[in-house]
Amino acid sequence: MDKLLGNGMAGDLAGKRSLLTRVMGGVLSLLAMGGIVITIAAFAYGRNAARQSFDRILLGAANDISESITILEGAPIADIPVSAFGLLGLAQDDRIYYSVQGADGTVLTGYDGTIEKGALRGNLTEPTFYDGKMQKEPARFVTVARLFSERNFSGAVYVTVGHTIRARNAMALELTKGAVVVTGIGGLALLLGAFWVIRSSMKPLETLTRDLSERDPYDLTPMSAEGPAEVAVMVHALNRFMHRLDRQVEAMKHLISDTAHQLRTPVAAIRAQAELAIEDDAARRLQRLERLAKRTRSLGTLLDQMLSRALVMHRTDNAPPVLIDLRDIALHIFEQNDHELLSPETEVNLSIGDLAVPVLADEISLVEAVKNMLANAIRHGVSPVVLGVSQDQGHGMIWVQDQGNGPPPEVMNTIGQRFERSAASKGDSAGLGLSIVYAVANAFAGKVLMQQADTGFRVTLMLPLQQKGTGL
Amino acid sequence: MTGIALVRWGLVLLLANAVVSPAIAQEIVTKFTTPSSVADTRLVIRSTTDTVIFTPLLKAFVARYPNVELQYEQWGSNDLYNDSRRVCDGQGASADVVISSGVHQMVDLVNRACANAYRSALTAQLPAQRMWRDELWGITREAAVIIYNKSLVFADDVPLTRFALLDLMRRSPDDYRGKIATYDIEASGLGFLFAFMDSQQATTFGGLLEAFARVDAVATCCSAEIIASVESGRYKIAYNVLGSYVSTVPHANIGVIHPQDYTMFLSRALMIPKAAPQKETAAAFLDFLLSAEGRALLAGAELIQQSDNDETARSNSTDRYIPIDPTLLVAMDHHRRNRFFAEWRDSFSIQTR
Repeated sequence: MDKLLGNGMAGDLAGKRSLLTRVMGGVLSLLAMGGIVITIAAFAYGRNAARQSFDRILLGAANDISESITILEGAPIADIPVSAFGLLGLAQDDRIYYSVQGADGTVLTGYDGTIEKGALRGNLTEPTFYDGKMQKEPARFVTVARLFSERNFSGAVYVTVGHTIRARNAMALELTKGAVVVTGIGGLALLLGAFWVIRSSMKPLETLTRDLSERDPYDLTPMSAEGPAEVAVMVHALNRFMHRLDRQVEAMKHLISDTAHQLRTPVAAIRAQAELAIEDDAARRLQRLERLAKRTRSLGTLLDQMLSRALVMHRTDNAPPVLIDLRDIALHIFEQNDHELLSPETEVNLSIGDLAVPVLADEISLVEAVKNMLANAIRHGVSPVVLGVSQDQGHGMIWVQDQGNGPPPEVMNTIGQRFERSAASKGDSAGLGLSIVYAVANAFAGKVLMQQADTGFRVTLMLPLQQKGTGL
Repeated sequence: MTGIALVRWGLVLLLANAVVSPAIAQEIVTKFTTPSSVADTRLVIRSTTDTVIFTPLLKAFVARYPNVELQYEQWGSNDLYNDSRRVCDGQGASADVVISSGVHQMVDLVNRACANAYRSALTAQLPAQRMWRDELWGITREAAVIIYNKSLVFADDVPLTRFALLDLMRRSPDDYRGKIATYDIEASGLGFLFAFMDSQQATTFGGLLEAFARVDAVATCCSAEIIASVESGRYKIAYNVLGSYVSTVPHANIGVIHPQDYTMFLSRALMIPKAAPQKETAAAFLDFLLSAEGRALLAGAELIQQSDNDETARSNSTDRYIPIDPTLLVAMDHHRRNRFFAEWRDSFSIQTR
């Protein structure tokens, strides 16, 4: 069964992605998105850079040509310098367009055709760049104007120079490539760095995971709570949980060993009495049977107490404490009238005040504890017994007082321990009852007081008093 | 080359291509096939290179690709440029391969998006200055040289540099009056390119033009004609002649000078027009030219000339390449050409044919 469960869990775990994988996946996709954005930006930048630098070449060539224009016999004549074409030749594999046109658009020299007439006209003072086509291939053009005011020629001559954009595209691509390579290397470095940082910061988690998976299921010792706050909190919670588990396991063990220990003697006594009763003659058999009955009763009481102690232990660990008025507890026990059954001759009085005495506790555990206190007083004390509730200096107190002198000093020393051999062997354990009281006091941050006063012996269960009006 | 015979090997003179261009047309059309197999692919090459010079190479190509019927058309560079422009605009049938020594015209065609891109391991090996956009490739390496008639120019007078030529013309203008020839740059794209590159290379060019004018130098057409005229003694010196044409056929009477101030090298440019019907075969042809075998054949035809030739005694630092790049577009500029032609006309009495 355990094995099956274990396998199933392992299968589930294997199907789940580790935290590192998730985070790295996230980082990777973030970087990838960044990379795409940077690539687009780099391409835009590269295109812009290529456009600017090649536009300057175009403009240089256009100006070169425009400078070479002279007016010869009333007509503008261009003496196209080779350097202009050398400049354009810097865009190595690009075809070239140039055209020198008069104010009316007639081509003086150069190519005719593919030109946007609109760019020529108007008051062209600044060089005008524009995109166009050269024999169906995308191209870039610039037009500059040169104004002449000669005796025999006055007006503008337009020089248009263009080239196809292969070199521009190549340059833009080159720049983009460079940027992308650098970005890629940077991204890789970032990724490695991120991997390292994430891994090292997840180390405590990994350690925790390893510790947990390697841990013996029966090992309930606390784990070391080193590492960052988040992990410490987890480990702390885990430890708390394990501690509780440990306590319960411990309580269970105690219950079993107590039960074995405490029951063995009285059961042996009962068996002895029964055997004696069988063997004895008829006259003494009645006496034997009475003893047998007494032993059996006492065993019943013992069982009651052990079970109620187990109940208290269980409840204090499992039931959340609630706000309780101690007077209600006292009243409840008094009205149940158990003491009438236990010892009809004992007189029991109730002493409670007007004011509520609120404490945080578990009602059932509290009732068990007080019942035990009362039972002890009735059994061992001197009538009359008083069950009282009072408050003093921030403590709510529920107490039982009798007129006797309390238990003998040697009993007082061992009182409140889990069990007392002597008490158990006598068949009516007061120690077990008190140990319940102690357990309840511990569970709800209270304490047990035993006082010998002039008026008698008082056992008090003190619990921290809760503020009035908090929900009562 | 064994087992290869040319079925229709001969020069076929076509007067006009009625459909495409009534006025101008290719000069010579030659077809190459392998007789043993049936050709299913027709590769049309339009080129400025003389058919005779290219023949061994074309034969080797059809031997390698027996399924190809190769049609080689020899054109003048300006005509070829105009034809390619028209084809690019969608008029007329496209060639599969265009090869021209008018490299500036080829650069212009590529710049007008008339070419098809191709890239292979062999094209990638070309130096950057012999390739543009993976659409234009320089397949040859030919020097522009000065040639002279050995019996008419004294050994001491042989101009090893342009300065020497300049001095020679200044010193004895009467001896060389009307005896110096060069390409007519208006008729020959290659001649224009050489002259234009000269004008950019050095300030000597202005002096040269001036001196040419003083000795009534002759601008005329066509490599073969100039070389023949120098040999016959009609001209004593010819300037900027394509060295490959001189070396192909041995001329006992002609001296060749690789000018020591600088020697210009030309790479004939090859492009595959964007409308080429057989782009793959055209690319195979390009790869063939660039392969070890193709290069060996080109070298055999003097189309790839090594400069580290002891005979010419020049250092490599004087080599000037005509780069296949957009700066050549300046040579196509309308204003620039007009101005250049005007200067040129001032210097030369144009020899009309």
